[in-house]
Amino acid sequence: MSNIAVADAAAPSTAAQPFMTRLGAGFVSRLVIIVPYLWLLFFFLVPFIIVFKISLSQTAIAMPPYTPVLDFRDGISGFFAGFRDLNFDNYVWLTQDALYFRAYLTSVVIAAISTVLTLLVGYPIAYGMARAPATIRPTLLMLVILPFWTSFLIRVYAWIGILKPEGLLNQLLLSLHIVNQPLVILNTYTAIFIGIVYSYLPFMVLPLYSSLEKMDYSLIEAAKDLGCPPTAAFWKITFPLSLPGVIAGCLLVFIPAVGEFVIPDLLGGSQTLMIGKTLWNEFFANRDWPVSSAVAVILLLLLIVPIVLFQQAQARAQEQDK
Amino acid sequence: MNTTWSRFNITSITLGFAFLYLPIVLLVVFSFNESKLVTVWGGFSTKWYVSLFHNQGLMDAAWVTIRVGLISATVATVLGTMGALALTRYTRFRGRVLFSGMIFAPLVMPDVITGLSLLLLFVAIGMDRGMTTVILAHITFTMCFVAVVVQSRLVSFDRSLEEAAMDLGAPPVKTFFQITLPVILPAIVSGWMLAFTLSLDDLVIASFASGPGATTLPMKIYSQVRLGVTPEINAACTILIAIVTIGVIIASIANKRREVQRQLDERAAQRG
Repeated sequence: MSNIAVADAAAPSTAAQPFMTRLGAGFVSRLVIIVPYLWLLFFFLVPFIIVFKISLSQTAIAMPPYTPVLDFRDGISGFFAGFRDLNFDNYVWLTQDALYFRAYLTSVVIAAISTVLTLLVGYPIAYGMARAPATIRPTLLMLVILPFWTSFLIRVYAWIGILKPEGLLNQLLLSLHIVNQPLVILNTYTAIFIGIVYSYLPFMVLPLYSSLEKMDYSLIEAAKDLGCPPTAAFWKITFPLSLPGVIAGCLLVFIPAVGEFVIPDLLGGSQTLMIGKTLWNEFFANRDWPVSSAVAVILLLLLIVPIVLFQQAQARAQEQDK
Repeated sequence: MNTTWSRFNITSITLGFAFLYLPIVLLVVFSFNESKLVTVWGGFSTKWYVSLFHNQGLMDAAWVTIRVGLISATVATVLGTMGALALTRYTRFRGRVLFSGMIFAPLVMPDVITGLSLLLLFVAIGMDRGMTTVILAHITFTMCFVAVVVQSRLVSFDRSLEEAAMDLGAPPVKTFFQITLPVILPAIVSGWMLAFTLSLDDLVIASFASGPGATTLPMKIYSQVRLGVTPEINAACTILIAIVTIGVIIASIANKRREVQRQLDERAAQRG
């Protein structure tokens, strides 16, 4: 990585500095890039290449449970010989078993519905916060962030006690005579929706709030003065101006929700199907590493477009802050 | 103030916060329940806390989690701060697009993919799975969160301060430690806290990266939750919530104090 060309850190004044200091600065500034760069290359990018490689290998009853492909131990010739052993059996297997296709499809549909629900719940909260008196806004912001700091697992676990057939929600509904028999919510898709909306709500509210807070509300006043009804003013002014927040929030919820494991596993029970759970089971229960790698590769391909969109939205937001 | 805080806004905020906090409050309340049933109130008791501290497995797991969290958060903070500096200060270097992609992608990457890919890496390089591999995995995914937090502070940072210091002859490294670092320190501290809580919280990545003998608290809680909900888990969760809440409150008070002090200093400087 020595060829990373570094735009020089210190501006015009560098020329005046002693040679050794400049050398030191160049080295340090290079280090600032190289160290995290190499770390991420090795621990983030290389692992994906390995996943891809193993997804093309065959299952074996051994430890690790796959036949090695692209073995570098025999040098270059061994490397090329390995190509002959590559096979797409695992991918063929994924297309033949309808279970996988259904798991991908339901995951995307569940994530999409949950994202819309989270937006519907989160928007009024973010809007209310942005219109709150400036003195209490930091406190409100803090209150939204605080649950995010408490464990994800704990927050999902808390809902089990609420949604169970003999749980707190049913006790309340029965005692108020709203229902005559306990509602079955736990271990259904409804419970997954509740879990995702609840867990990911701060991720939706924060970007929404930051774009709603920046908005110039005199625009609304002007629209009102000109006789525009409030609903029309919302759709014509507020919502379009909050669109960057809506996009960022939706991507922050949708992408991780597609691959979610804890929520479908704890709240969805064994009857619900989601790809994160399928991958986990292939790996931990069936010990089929090549197939779970293939599942991961397809999931990644499925998410690559939203991930690139997310990254571009982040880069744009960064440009605007400057 | 011409912003009208309508009844609609107040209602939506109240309902929103009730939704966010009610489950956590109920969880805490039922950790003090005398009855073994988690959802039926049987009187106040702290017995589950006592039995919790006698649960050796849970205590060992808690100790592993704390060590993993402290080490991984500290390394991740250093790497993440470097990454943030690289992203904001060096707008042109070869591979910058890939670099920023590798910083942002882990933020949204599903845990199952990150976990699986790291595990396969550890197996491929022949590393024994245990606490070290969990720490390495946690550094990797939390450093990106640190980078984003620190970066947002660096973007709004007034660079003329640094330029002034360097014009006066301070070498860049000294400028960084005497000018830049104090200014971005609050962001670095909150980045560290975020990394620590993410590490404390993680179940999926730790489950993949961990081996025998290195069970973290979330892994332990998860395996017990699968067997059924018990008040003991509620007690463990309550302690975790208490630690995090106290930490966040202390940090925000310290932050506020520093902010007030800074404003006073600035005013004094203007007057002087």
